[in-house]
Amino acid sequence: MRDLPRHRLFWPVLALTLLLVVNVVATPSFVQVRMQDGHLYGSLVDILRNGAPVLLVALGMTLVIATRGIDLSVGAIAAIAGAVACVHIAGSGDPGSAGTAITAIALALAVCVLLGLWNGFLVSVLGIQPIIATLVLMTAGRGLAMLVTGGQITTVNNSFFKAVGTGYVFTLPVAILLSLGVLAVTALVTRRTALGMLVEAVGINPEASRLAGVRSRTILWTVYVFSAFCAGLAGLMIAANTSAADANNAGLWIELDAILAVVIGGTSLAGGRFSLTGTLVGALFIATLATTVPTIGIPSETNYLFKAVVVIAVCLLQSPKARAAVWRRGRRRPSTVKAGRA
Amino acid sequence: MSTATTPRTSQRSFADRVKGYSPPSSVMPVLATFALLVGMFGVGSIRYEGFASPQVVLNLFVDNAFLIVLAVGMTFVILTGGIDLSVGSVVALSTMIAAATLRAGWPPLLAVLAVLLTGTLLGLAMGLVIHYFEVQPFIATLAGMFLARGLCYLISVESIPIKDDTFQSLSAASITLPGELYVTPTVLIALLVVIVAAWVLHLTRFGRTVYAVGGSETSAMLMGLAVARVQVGVYAISGFCSALGGLLFSLYMLSGYSLHAVGMELDAIAAVVIGGTLLTGGYGLVVGSLLGVLVLGTIQTFISFDGTLSSWWTKISIGALLLVFVVLQRFFTRRGAS
Amino acid sequence: MTHMSADAQPSPGPSVEGARHGEPVVEMTGITLTFPGVTALDDVSFRMYPGEVHALMGENGAGKSTLIKALTGVYTIDAGTIRIDGEERQLTGTAAAQDAGVSTVYQEVNLCTNLTVAENMLLGREPRRLGRIDHRRMYRRAGDVLARLGLDISPRSRLGDHPIAVQQLVAIGRAVDIDARVLVLDEPTASLDSEEVATLFEVIDSLRSQGVAILFVSHFLDQVFAISDRMTVLRNGRLVGEHLARDVTRLEVVEEMLGRELEVLERLDREPSRQPDDRRTPVLRASGIGRRGSLAPVDLEVYDGEVIGIAGLLGSGRTELARLLFGADPADSGTVEVRGHRVHLRSPRKAVDHKIGFSSENRRAEGVVGDLTVAENMLLSLQAARGWLRPVPARTREQLVAKYVEALDIRPADPQALMRNLSGGNQQKVLLSRWLIMQPDLLLLDEPTRGIDVGAKAQIQQVVDDLARAGMGVVFISAELEEVLRLSDRLVVMRDRHKVDELANTQTTTSDLMAIIARDEEAARA
Repeated sequence: MRDLPRHRLFWPVLALTLLLVVNVVATPSFVQVRMQDGHLYGSLVDILRNGAPVLLVALGMTLVIATRGIDLSVGAIAAIAGAVACVHIAGSGDPGSAGTAITAIALALAVCVLLGLWNGFLVSVLGIQPIIATLVLMTAGRGLAMLVTGGQITTVNNSFFKAVGTGYVFTLPVAILLSLGVLAVTALVTRRTALGMLVEAVGINPEASRLAGVRSRTILWTVYVFSAFCAGLAGLMIAANTSAADANNAGLWIELDAILAVVIGGTSLAGGRFSLTGTLVGALFIATLATTVPTIGIPSETNYLFKAVVVIAVCLLQSPKARAAVWRRGRRRPSTVKAGRA
Repeated sequence: MSTATTPRTSQRSFADRVKGYSPPSSVMPVLATFALLVGMFGVGSIRYEGFASPQVVLNLFVDNAFLIVLAVGMTFVILTGGIDLSVGSVVALSTMIAAATLRAGWPPLLAVLAVLLTGTLLGLAMGLVIHYFEVQPFIATLAGMFLARGLCYLISVESIPIKDDTFQSLSAASITLPGELYVTPTVLIALLVVIVAAWVLHLTRFGRTVYAVGGSETSAMLMGLAVARVQVGVYAISGFCSALGGLLFSLYMLSGYSLHAVGMELDAIAAVVIGGTLLTGGYGLVVGSLLGVLVLGTIQTFISFDGTLSSWWTKISIGALLLVFVVLQRFFTRRGAS
Repeated sequence: MTHMSADAQPSPGPSVEGARHGEPVVEMTGITLTFPGVTALDDVSFRMYPGEVHALMGENGAGKSTLIKALTGVYTIDAGTIRIDGEERQLTGTAAAQDAGVSTVYQEVNLCTNLTVAENMLLGREPRRLGRIDHRRMYRRAGDVLARLGLDISPRSRLGDHPIAVQQLVAIGRAVDIDARVLVLDEPTASLDSEEVATLFEVIDSLRSQGVAILFVSHFLDQVFAISDRMTVLRNGRLVGEHLARDVTRLEVVEEMLGRELEVLERLDREPSRQPDDRRTPVLRASGIGRRGSLAPVDLEVYDGEVIGIAGLLGSGRTELARLLFGADPADSGTVEVRGHRVHLRSPRKAVDHKIGFSSENRRAEGVVGDLTVAENMLLSLQAARGWLRPVPARTREQLVAKYVEALDIRPADPQALMRNLSGGNQQKVLLSRWLIMQPDLLLLDEPTRGIDVGAKAQIQQVVDDLARAGMGVVFISAELEEVLRLSDRLVVMRDRHKVDELANTQTTTSDLMAIIARDEEAARA
């Protein structure tokens, strides 16, 4: 039990729990989940559903960050995905059919994979720093999305497409199932195959990995494509939610929320060891925070202030220096902790 | 040793030194940026009537004075190998503080001081967190970004107009130059900032330590240099520049608004990179960042002169330019390394 | 001098040239320093006199670098006192140590390659006028220091444009300019060739005669005995002896360092040389392989079951050759055949596919994956070869790791230990296992024993010998000629980016090899 605080998920889970407790105290009905028309409803369900796009983006981001990278372009990619899908549906001969929706989704995801390949090319082949390589698409991406939509907010009326954002399957919202599904697949693929270890190896020491024969290029390319794919899914979800593609605002700053989720989850921005469970906790934390702030009667715009506080708290918790500073202060007291640990 | 053939340092003649001189490689990207700027103007003057007029050039400064100041601050940070994502939000916060304090009847000078102090302190705080708690600059300034934006909303969710006489008259003021040309006072402030920054970076110990930290932080520390002061200092400088940029921006917009300057940090970073500063730190000139801002301004001028191009082409072409420069830098450093 | 005999227990007390002055400039008493779980220094005392070169000796983990870092203010001591010039000091940072007159040149040159030579020497105390740097005076002063060091480079040139050896001397130049009372040189010769070492020793000599106390750390016994006046030996964080250099033999010092016998090294010496029986098709045949600016075209053949030793100074092209053969750098001329088939070694990946392994001289940057476990580090190449879709089965993993942990005596014997917590010697053994698991036909070992303790060194040499006996082709690169001679069947001599000779290792001596290298240099000059 004494080792519990040292577990990498201890602090993220504690923070999430505290936040949930605050909600329960503020509104006791918070934990209630009720069944209505075969659908589950309740604040917890809402949190999971609202957090789904961030979770998706954060999953891709986790792997990218583990390779010492970062993907700033995910917000722009999400906007492009929504734009491509909506413009395709709106322009097709049969804008209401499921077939059109499926084609649109496939087309959008294919575009995202291409964009991921592009990011991967800049990072792994040209060897450009990830932050700047993806900054290119971050800057240009929304322009491209506007190019696709012609600067308009493109609205569609397709029930199948809408279901990606707001539909239900087996009593649960599709968005939740989709994001948890991607989480499960990612976890399975990274830990049951050697992808996780090779990603970590490349993140910890790229040159040593190269000389050990690791195909770093393939690994990097894989994670950037995966990140773009996840961003595309999130973008489709966002567009489906409103049945519209807003090139300017869809997925705005989702890259920052995703990075935040990854960092809260205990994966270091310096690369290396990563935790998908941590990322899930981080994404849930951000989604819960967004719900909590208005719930306890604070204007939702101040959400930013709380995020700032969270970022600072997480940084300080993860910083060995800050821990050492606290430790030194605590050291003056009888050193029972030290003795107990030994 | 491979240097055995070169003459002894002490006996070097002047001619030898001149012959042996080649511009430091960090100047090359700046020259490239300058060539690009000249080239763009060349193309513009062929395609559009009146493009190459001196006033169009001056307007680049007038319209981007705030961005020049931001880019200067960003240059300090990037030279140490850091990054500052908070600048756009600090600009917004500065316009808010200026507008709110002026509305509350503060004297303009006091309002200006309050803005500059807030920005500098915010930067200082981020610098302290980055240096003493070894938090990554990216994430620490992300917190600063959220914090500044949140504080904006705390002041007001609505836009606040600035009706103060001093600000109004400063905003309308212009300095006439010979040949029916004019610039605004903000341009002079921006250029002054560039000059002071260049002086600090090249002629003071602080400035050289900025480069040393960017070259290798560990080395700078083991050399006994004031790494802490520099690492904290650059963020304070960037915070100050953001606040000053925010003031110039509020003169430009004559309002304070929480949604001002969204994404402006990207423009500042793009300007610095296009100006030839390496994001890994250690190499770059503040003049380059000035040129980088002018390149961004020229793109916008292009689009407004053309009239048929949609606004999103600005973003796409900035992205494309960023790409070109990043790739060029990459090949440049790769060749230099081998 | 009378002071000497009072407490230096192992030495009888006669005066020494190096210890001309009565009072020690550095006196560290009862130094204790602990890290979580480790006592790095345990009640260690250490002193230095002005105008002496004092060598600090010990295996890895003996506490040498911890002691140095305590003296240079990087670490703060838990107990004990540090006196400099008789005055007790609290060295709470590198700046505090510099103020006290202690200056350090680290093994990896710690300067800024993006700044000029002069800035690197003077930054932090550059001449200023009215708050701004006086560049003219700065360059003049830097020029003076460079002249004192006999270094013919422009103070305005960028440091990164110079080779490592020059950078090292510039680092010393920085220390010289400080007018340090104490100069700490941590492995200063690790990347220098013999000519550069001679230059360095001249500089050390001149500083010594100016009364500077020099703390010298090196793995090269020859150099230590050539330059030092006094030695302090540490083992496992404790002081084991302090001697005047003229009063001890190498054997005595080595015995103190190790605290055990050297039977492995001895035995290997007496083994008869191997005779590779199959000379028909070489494992590898390189014809005219080269790369502009780093290696002139080289021919090389390696057969099964033989060790090719590559001798040459640093920068001679020995590392570059190995890197080309492994595809770590692309070759721009020549061809390579593996078992008679023409191959293109465009990347390490390709080389591994052709059953070639390579262990880099730069263990920390190019070998170790610090935050992965010992087991993961061992299996990295195997896993990379299989691709991420086909993980190595758990049972195979355990068996392989257990086998090599035992075979190479890796400590701690915990496959789940993080690689970065292992000592240099044990890390090297893990990296060797990484390639042994791959069962390559050809193993390229670039300085596999550099910077590790003598015990691990002997074990690694033994492994190389065993591998060749089992039929593997090995290319063995080392700066230590004795080691190369002891292990190799054939010798390749490199100089100035050229292969200059190839000979069978029959009764070859180090002086033979040095003669080849020297002869060529003479010829080149004429």
